[in-house]
Amino acid sequence: MALLEVKDLRTSFHTEDGIVGAVDGVSFSVEKGQTLGIVGESGSGKSVTCLTIMGLNAKRNTTSSGEAVWKGKNLLTMKPRELREIRGNDISMIFQDPMTSLNPVHSIGRQLIEAVQLHRDVSNRVARARSLELLKAVGIPRAEQRIDDYPHQFSGGMRQRVMIAMALINDPDLLIADEPTTALDVTTQAQILTLMKRLQEEFGSAIIIITHDLGVVAETADDVLVMYGARVVEQASADDLFNRPQHPYTWGLMGSLPRLDIDVERLTQIPGQPPSLLRPPRGCRFHPRCSYVMEVCKTTVPELLPTQREPEHLQACHLDEETKDREAAKLLESMMAGTG
Amino acid sequence: MFRYLVRRILWAILLFIIITFVTFVIFFMGPNDPARAQCGGDQAQRACLKLVTEHYGLDKPLYVQYWRFFDRLVFHQNLGHSYANGEEINQTIAKAAPVTASLVFGGAVIWMMIALSLGVYSALRPRSLLDRTAMVFVLIGISAHPVWIGLIFEYVFGVKLGWTPIANYANFFGAPAGSGLPGGPWQWFYHMILPWFTFALLFAALYVRMVRANVMETLNEDFVRTARAKGAPERTILVSHVLRNALLPVVTMLGMDIGVALGGAVFTETVYQLPGLGRTLIIGVSANDFATVQGVVVFATVAILLFNLIVDVLYAWIDPRIRLA
Repeated sequence: MALLEVKDLRTSFHTEDGIVGAVDGVSFSVEKGQTLGIVGESGSGKSVTCLTIMGLNAKRNTTSSGEAVWKGKNLLTMKPRELREIRGNDISMIFQDPMTSLNPVHSIGRQLIEAVQLHRDVSNRVARARSLELLKAVGIPRAEQRIDDYPHQFSGGMRQRVMIAMALINDPDLLIADEPTTALDVTTQAQILTLMKRLQEEFGSAIIIITHDLGVVAETADDVLVMYGARVVEQASADDLFNRPQHPYTWGLMGSLPRLDIDVERLTQIPGQPPSLLRPPRGCRFHPRCSYVMEVCKTTVPELLPTQREPEHLQACHLDEETKDREAAKLLESMMAGTG
Repeated sequence: MFRYLVRRILWAILLFIIITFVTFVIFFMGPNDPARAQCGGDQAQRACLKLVTEHYGLDKPLYVQYWRFFDRLVFHQNLGHSYANGEEINQTIAKAAPVTASLVFGGAVIWMMIALSLGVYSALRPRSLLDRTAMVFVLIGISAHPVWIGLIFEYVFGVKLGWTPIANYANFFGAPAGSGLPGGPWQWFYHMILPWFTFALLFAALYVRMVRANVMETLNEDFVRTARAKGAPERTILVSHVLRNALLPVVTMLGMDIGVALGGAVFTETVYQLPGLGRTLIIGVSANDFATVQGVVVFATVAILLFNLIVDVLYAWIDPRIRLA
């Protein structure tokens, strides 16, 4: 049985301009100890999906439907009290900006101890020892001294390590990492990703990693969900996705990866703007930006269907599979050129 | 922390010199003649004028006069004598300051109680009925003049309902023997209720808005979301994560406002005929009594600087970013 099973999740925000459908019928599942990557550009609904699962959206003007089944119980309909017991204990979360995610007026030790004591009835001494253990595990040098320091005395990378320590402190079954490396510089990004992988082996947690960076996904994920305009457009194992991408949007994402081996004037980009979720395009939401667009794309929403070759590989595009395989092969060939 | 404190104190001393000098110059250049005031105005005798001018060194240049004033103030803690009635200004201030202090501190307690409860509740439930009512209260509090409010309160609670006295002050430690005036803690409290609320209303209104805005802003901070993700109950989040951050700017404002108000809550003191610094100031100005006015200004300056210092220390204590910077 899957650890977390999300079915037809929908979240919309009621704004003064109208209803914004931030998540529109998203389904996926996370297996124990596995890593799921959710990829998409800003506003594709990837963060909101996870915030909805955690019940962390602002309550005002937000409606959610669907199911997020955690160990047989629907998180979306749970009482606040039950949900609180799960948050930070069974499911924990790391956020994008480590500079603002820690409370500036409390020492990091106090914030870690709070995380322990919210879920365990233990003394300060025990909680502190556990906090120290985690700070060492995430590689904070001189943890014994630094535990009493305040967030502003840490660098961004070190703060993100503290956030990871705080997220893992109660040994959660699932860790949701919302763009954990976006605000960090490249060397620190690599360190944090390595750290997360190592800790995953150590703690055995499943991870949902939200990112707009396919490189991060390639590095960490077992399965990948590609989101566009509040919907899932492609879903596959990481291997399958990178070897046989089936959606023009995924091609666009892969084609726009920067390369070190070729000198180019400009990076390739997907033309146009992300869709407005207030008034999304009819039919396939990617059609205004798609270079393979057909008449049917403008009127009919493509269903998320398995490919003939691999039933676990889902994609939502009207193109025929032959064309898609051919285009994917062409793309991969061009990406491989020069490196082989 | 120590260096921070030393720096703050040195700043306070420098500011004190600047402020006293500037007020001194303003009064010096102003169209008043202290000698004439002391000698009975228009009927002043030439001999008297001469005597007074020499006694106070009024014919000396500005810097000499300022130095005499500064020397007397700093090395003898003496504010001199009133030009109007010859009373020692130290005495005048010592009598008036407790009245103003009673009004200001009591008022501050009231306005903070109103501001915290209303501000936090309306921040937690924006656009609710309570929030809207609170905003109406803010509008009234900011728009209504304390003299007008004072008169209304006096009429309603003092005259119509007869619950409170409508004027005068009662000494906390008992009235002077044989004066026949009311005194003691209860009388003090009883006489101060209306002035407190009158004085507190404007500040309460300003602070409700400030607390509400700060709490709402802090509720949107990332670290609040982190606290929720940790599984903290809303109450813990509010007390431990939101309030401490949201009240930082409020502490600054509170210190400054109390300091400024200690210089005399002129309107409230006038309406309720409280013999505080504000009233002393008004009487001094109308009598051309520069020495008394200067005395009140010096006292107010010290009060403001002292409270700023307290705020700085408090701020450093609450906010590690300042303490450890």
